[in-house]
Amino acid sequence: MEISDGAVRILAGMLETRSGQQLGQGRRWRIETELRPLMKARGIETLDGFVDHLVRGGEPHLADIVVDALLNNETFFFRDVAAFDLLEQKGLGRLRHARGETTRRLRIWCAACSTGQEAYSLAMLIADMPRLWDGWTVDILASDVSHSAIDRAREGLYSQLEIQRGLPVRRMLRYFRKEGEQWRIDPAIRRMVRFQAHNLVEQPPLGLFDLILCRNVLLYFSGDVRRLVLGRLAGAIAPDGVLMLGAGETVIGNSDAFVSDYEARGLYRPRLDLSRSGAAGRAA
Amino acid sequence: MKTCLVVDDSKVIRKVARHILETLDFEVAEAGDGQEALEHCQATPPDVVLLDWNMPVMSGMEFLRALGQTELPSRPKVVFCTTENGMAHIRAAIDAGADEYVMKPFDRETLENKLQLVGVA
Ligand SMILES: C[S@@+](CC[C@H](N)C(=O)[O-])C[C@H]1O[C@@H](n2cnc3c(N)ncnc32)[C@H](O)[C@@H]1O
Repeated sequence: MEISDGAVRILAGMLETRSGQQLGQGRRWRIETELRPLMKARGIETLDGFVDHLVRGGEPHLADIVVDALLNNETFFFRDVAAFDLLEQKGLGRLRHARGETTRRLRIWCAACSTGQEAYSLAMLIADMPRLWDGWTVDILASDVSHSAIDRAREGLYSQLEIQRGLPVRRMLRYFRKEGEQWRIDPAIRRMVRFQAHNLVEQPPLGLFDLILCRNVLLYFSGDVRRLVLGRLAGAIAPDGVLMLGAGETVIGNSDAFVSDYEARGLYRPRLDLSRSGAAGRAA
Repeated sequence: MKTCLVVDDSKVIRKVARHILETLDFEVAEAGDGQEALEHCQATPPDVVLLDWNMPVMSGMEFLRALGQTELPSRPKVVFCTTENGMAHIRAAIDAGADEYVMKPFDRETLENKLQLVGVA
C-alpha cells in the first residue's frame, strides 16, 4: 500500500520523541503490517487515513499504542547462549565474590526487557544454583518503554513458539507449567522480578545496580541518543558493576563512560572517573 | 559436515525438516519408522536424530529405548520432534534419554536453536 512521505514523517517523529528510536528506511515497508490490526479495529482502510485520525487526537492513548506497535519487541530466552555463559562465569562470579563478604545483595536492572524472557532467563540462571546464592537477596528490576510488552512480561505466559525459543527443555520442565496451550512461568521465578515501564532516555530508576543488561536496543538509537543512554546507565551502575550489551553491540565509539572488561571480553565496566561524575550529575 | 537422521512417518514432515537442515549445512538421511532408524544408526550413526513420537512398526519411545541398549561407536544426540506437547510426554522423553524436545509445528529458528543446545549446530 502507498504511504505518503508526510505520514511516514509523522510516525517516525512520534516514535523518535517517545522512544528515542529511529525508523530506518528499511523499516518503512513494515509500518503497514505493524499498524494493520489497529487500522482494522477502527475500520480505517489506508495508512494515510489512519495517520490523519491519529493526529486529530480524538483517542487519548492512541499515540502510545501506535508507538508500542512500531517498536521491535523481538526477544527470546537465553538470547546468545555464549553471552549468558560469560555472564554467569565471569560477571556474576565476580559480583558474588565482591559482595559475598559484605552485603550479599545483588541489584540487577534489565533495561529493555521486552516481554520478559531476558529477565526470567537471569532469574532462572540464579535459581539453578541455589547453593551458590544461598543467603543472598537478589532483586531484578526489568523495564521497557512499551507498556504492552511490560504487561505481557508481568503475566509471564508464553505461546508454544515462544517457549521453545532459546529455552532448554529441562529448564522448561523445571520452571514452567502448562496452561491450556500456553506456558506459565513458575511463581517463585516470577516473584524474583519486578517489572515497570521506563524510558531509557529518561532518568534511570533510583539506586545503584550491580549488573545492568541493555541488549539489542542501542542499535535502534541515533549516535547522540546512544551516548545519552549510556551516560544514564553509567550514572546508575555501581563502581564495580557489570554492563552487558547485545551480541552485536559495543560501547566503543559510542561512549567513554564504559570500558571493556579485560577479564571478560563482551562485558563492560564503568570508567571510574567518569561514572561518578555521571552519578553526581544525576543527583544535581 | 554434520549428519542428521530424520525419523518421521510423514513424508511431508521429512521433506520440510530436510529442507531446513540442509540450509543449516547438515547431511540428511531419512527413516519412516523407529525400526528403520535403528538399522540406520547401527550402520552409520548420525550426529543427531530428529525423532517423531507416533509411528508404525516402532515408535519414537521404543526406538529411544532400543538405542540405549545398542552398542554404537558413537551415540547420536536425540531431539524429539512431535505434536505431543503435554508435560508428561515431554518428561517421559527426557527421562528415557532424549536430549532436547521440539513441539510441532516448528520453524527454522526453533530447530536451529535446539540443535545448538545439543551442541551439533
Ligand atoms: C529488540 S527488543 C530486545 C529485548 C531484549 N533486551 C533482548 O535482547 O532480547 C528491544 C526492546 O527495547 C525496547 N525499547 C525501545 N526503545 C526504548 C527506550 N527508549 N526505553 C526503553 N526501552 C526501549 C522495545 O520496546 C523492545 O522491547
